[in-house]
Amino acid sequence: MALSTEESGRLAALLSGQNERVTTRWTEIVTSSLRGRLSQAELRRQVQDLHSAIVATGEQGTIDLSADNAGELRAALSELSRGRARQGFSATETTISIFALKDVLAELVQESGGPNALQDYVAFSKLVDEMGLFTFESFVRTRESLIADQAEQLLELSTPVVKLWEGVVAVPLVGTLDSARAQVVMERLLQTLVDTGSPYAIIDITGVPAVDTQVAQHILKTVVAARLMGADCIISGIRPQIAQTIVALGIEFGDIATKASLADALRHVLRLTGVETARRPPRRAV
Amino acid sequence: MTAGIDLGQPQAQSVRSDEDVVRVRQLVRAVAVASKLSLVDQTKVVTAASELARNTLVYGGGGSVEVTVVDNGRRNGVQIVFADSGPGIADLDLAMTDGYTSGGGLGLGLSGSRRLVDEFQIETSAETGTRITVTKWSR
Amino acid sequence: MERVPILKIGDILLVSIQLDMSDQTAVQLQEDLAERIVDTGCHGVIIDITALDIVDSFVGRMLSTIASISKVLDAETVVVGMRPAVAITLVELGLSLNGIRTALNVERGMELIAAAHADELDYQLDDDSDAETATP
Repeated sequence: MALSTEESGRLAALLSGQNERVTTRWTEIVTSSLRGRLSQAELRRQVQDLHSAIVATGEQGTIDLSADNAGELRAALSELSRGRARQGFSATETTISIFALKDVLAELVQESGGPNALQDYVAFSKLVDEMGLFTFESFVRTRESLIADQAEQLLELSTPVVKLWEGVVAVPLVGTLDSARAQVVMERLLQTLVDTGSPYAIIDITGVPAVDTQVAQHILKTVVAARLMGADCIISGIRPQIAQTIVALGIEFGDIATKASLADALRHVLRLTGVETARRPPRRAV
Repeated sequence: MTAGIDLGQPQAQSVRSDEDVVRVRQLVRAVAVASKLSLVDQTKVVTAASELARNTLVYGGGGSVEVTVVDNGRRNGVQIVFADSGPGIADLDLAMTDGYTSGGGLGLGLSGSRRLVDEFQIETSAETGTRITVTKWSR
Repeated sequence: MERVPILKIGDILLVSIQLDMSDQTAVQLQEDLAERIVDTGCHGVIIDITALDIVDSFVGRMLSTIASISKVLDAETVVVGMRPAVAITLVELGLSLNGIRTALNVERGMELIAAAHADELDYQLDDDSDAETATP
């Protein structure tokens, strides 16, 4: 799909010959497609970068997007698409910035005329297509890595381990628990037990809509692991559906303490540790 | 111990004594740390290596262990091969059962270490001895 | 072969395992500890495994055996300081360390032994009194 040496030379000459006009026209088209969400000055700078990258590559001989000498051009394209992806532009809005070059080229080729005009235009537009696809791909890659980062941040965010009382920590689990997240939460819980020297942990699953066998296994393993370390776990907030699932799946909770609510669980722990909960003595009948 | 390990090359350690089992653990730990396994995964693979190296010594009459960093394109991991020229395992299914032991142990060596790793292969015969290959991938 | 030191603190024997033990060292520790319990008449043993980055089935079995032996010799054993990664691995391995009491750290372990010992003293006292002051 590479441009021949002559074609590349002509493209470079065409673009650099009318430098000012190309960038202005290109910027115009892009600006109108983005409806003013990026400043003209910024767009102009991006277009200039691309322009000079194409010219520089063209002057070196053939333009082939996958070749070594097109490194600068590729870098300019991926920088553009990375920026757009981060700023929340759609894939179309991103690639249109590249495809706009076609319109500019069409005008230029038409004016210059010449015997090779049509052929040249077809070849140039193939190159622009390739650049567009390349932009699209790096746009998608950027978005994917953004999503992966966010998933990781979500994992961090959604798994707090809080100290509830002297010697009592709790993990309020919220949202769907998959195996990976369950594992992260549980490791963090156990580490917190060590760090705070807390012999009691409450795993509250009020906010968990469903529990499958694997997740139940993770919770059970954590309880056993905590016991090995010398700490006790209480599971609280088991919803009716989840209780039914647990029984239907045949998962044995054995002698693990379960309580209806986080408050009940805390009261249970405090009773075990011998802390008196403040409660008014019952009034005596006279 | 960690210094001077060339991770591109398989690391070999013979298993002839108790102290060698300790050396296998240290070697596996160094390689697991270098290939960026999480702390829990490091612990699991070192524990599995300890069990299997002890098996090599006790049941296989000694042998050798080879530790390699592997890469499947997406993740890297640690691969360990335990080889002995002992009598082999007569009933593999039985030996892989939790709690079964022929040597007075807890009977968790084979079955337990299989749960600790991601891949577990075992070849055994009375003529060629036993060769166990385990792999743990980074998450 | 290296040996694991056993310290006596009051009525408690403290074993802090700081090295990657060979199986022989582990067996030696088991024997040493039994002798020290008898020699000192201590009623509590704390085994600190904070420094251990793995516990395999051999060490697990040693811990269980020590707990059983010390029980026969009228001493309570508490294993303290197990790391989370070690605990997770032991669960996966299928080792439950039945019959071993555990605590998060040495301090909690000492509390546990003190409480167990106090229970025993209470029990003896109750035996002497004529059961008229039953504790709730």
